[in-house]
Amino acid sequence: MQRSPRSSKTREKHPARAEDPYGPDPWQQKSWDARAAANFIFGGMGSGLIVFAVLSGAAGAPLPVLLLAGLALVGFGLFSVALEIGRPLRALNVFRNPRTSWMAREAWTALALVPATLAAAAGVPGCDGLALVLAFVFVYCQARMLLAAKGIPAWREPLLLPLLIMTGMAEGGGMLLIANWQASVGGALVVLFAACVLARGLLWIAYRRRANAALAPRAAAALDRAGRVLLLAGTLLPALLVAAGALSGVGSVPLLQALAGVAAAAAGAYFKYTLVIHAGFNQGFALPRFPVRGARG
Amino acid sequence: MTRWAMVADLRRCVGCQTCTAACRHANATPPGVQWRRVLDVEMGEYPDVKRAFVPVGCQHCDDPPCLDVCPTTATKKRADGIVTIDYDLCIGCAYCAVACPYQARYKTMRPTFAYGRAMENETKRRDDARLAVATKCTFCVERIDAGVAQGLTPGVDPEATPACVNSCITQTLAFGDLDDAQSNVSQLLRENRHFRMHEELGTGPGFYYLWDAADDGQATD
Repeated sequence: MQRSPRSSKTREKHPARAEDPYGPDPWQQKSWDARAAANFIFGGMGSGLIVFAVLSGAAGAPLPVLLLAGLALVGFGLFSVALEIGRPLRALNVFRNPRTSWMAREAWTALALVPATLAAAAGVPGCDGLALVLAFVFVYCQARMLLAAKGIPAWREPLLLPLLIMTGMAEGGGMLLIANWQASVGGALVVLFAACVLARGLLWIAYRRRANAALAPRAAAALDRAGRVLLLAGTLLPALLVAAGALSGVGSVPLLQALAGVAAAAAGAYFKYTLVIHAGFNQGFALPRFPVRGARG
Repeated sequence: MTRWAMVADLRRCVGCQTCTAACRHANATPPGVQWRRVLDVEMGEYPDVKRAFVPVGCQHCDDPPCLDVCPTTATKKRADGIVTIDYDLCIGCAYCAVACPYQARYKTMRPTFAYGRAMENETKRRDDARLAVATKCTFCVERIDAGVAQGLTPGVDPEATPACVNSCITQTLAFGDLDDAQSNVSQLLRENRHFRMHEELGTGPGFYYLWDAADDGQATD
């Protein structure tokens, strides 16, 4: 009976191979850097803002401004990731495989999101609802992109899907509150924002538990750092600020809500950055059976 | 049908890296890019320590994650199981690199040479189409196709066999058709216990590792 092998921590690598991470121990992926992370950060934030802006109607900050701001955030994310691709001159090839690729689907959704949001900003009837749906689909595509990356255990955990969607919504709600820092947002939207923030916190806890067995120790440590920020600064603090605003009933309410928005959005961005940059460990190479040499028995 | 696959007998590999060198020679890969890599794996704690050499590379999976995620259709899977990359379609997004559980894909952004500046052979074999796009082991698909066209049998005739297999000094590596019950690889899998890397992910690797002889001549795993 072969024991399940584990790597030795005692062995020193030859100096010439010191930089070579290939082995049984997982190592951080280097294929996607901050430019790719920015796509998930700003794409989710912008999509969430478009969703919340449409839901807010014309209340508070002008709807066209919010929609255009959301679209700008999405565009900045896509621009960032475009800087990372090796052959930017053939970037249009990204549209070729919507049949199976969530990256291609994200691109197609973005292509539809731009005119829909511009039309909504221009006041074309019915387009605000379309922009809302497409913004939600966009953040869904982004979440599915990470889920399809089978090489990274922290990304392929199924609960990451609702967690990333809810992160985008919480960030978008936060951005709406920031934009309305001088005028209080309607109670229903604040409740929706608080619900997204709390749901995100709960999803984080569930995701972390489910992903635990597959995570490399350093990936788990990075996620736990980000998770603490997500729970304290991204969940508890916004909830307290919103509650304080609701209870105080004075002129400081918009400011408290805006601060809640800052906390929710910043914590979400930090979490996604950590997820891509510091928790993107592969699973190394597994050797479930060790070669049996010589006589057995 | 034909399903090309590779078999590595872990009991035989001595870690000489000849397959790695042969691959780099055959495919002119730049420094740091090893489509055929041999891991030097040390397991356990003193004094119960074991060592194994494990050839790795693209596993040419039945259900390749790199294929599904590729937004450009640059990554394709042939009917014979070989996973290929169309360098003219690839945009170098590296999505396939993070999707691959076997770390088989590389992206080189600029020309690199063994001694800083290009040697004559490096200049001669330079291929800018492979810059800033994903690259990986092809099972030496050109050799296979050319050999089959001449009526040769990959895995048997060296002219139609991947360079790494040809070069292996211990016959660790074998290549052949899984759908042919009489092929060398089918026979090896029948006669030995084997596993595939990260099989729990459902990718169906076309790369098998032999680790022990079957007790009754029929392998069960």
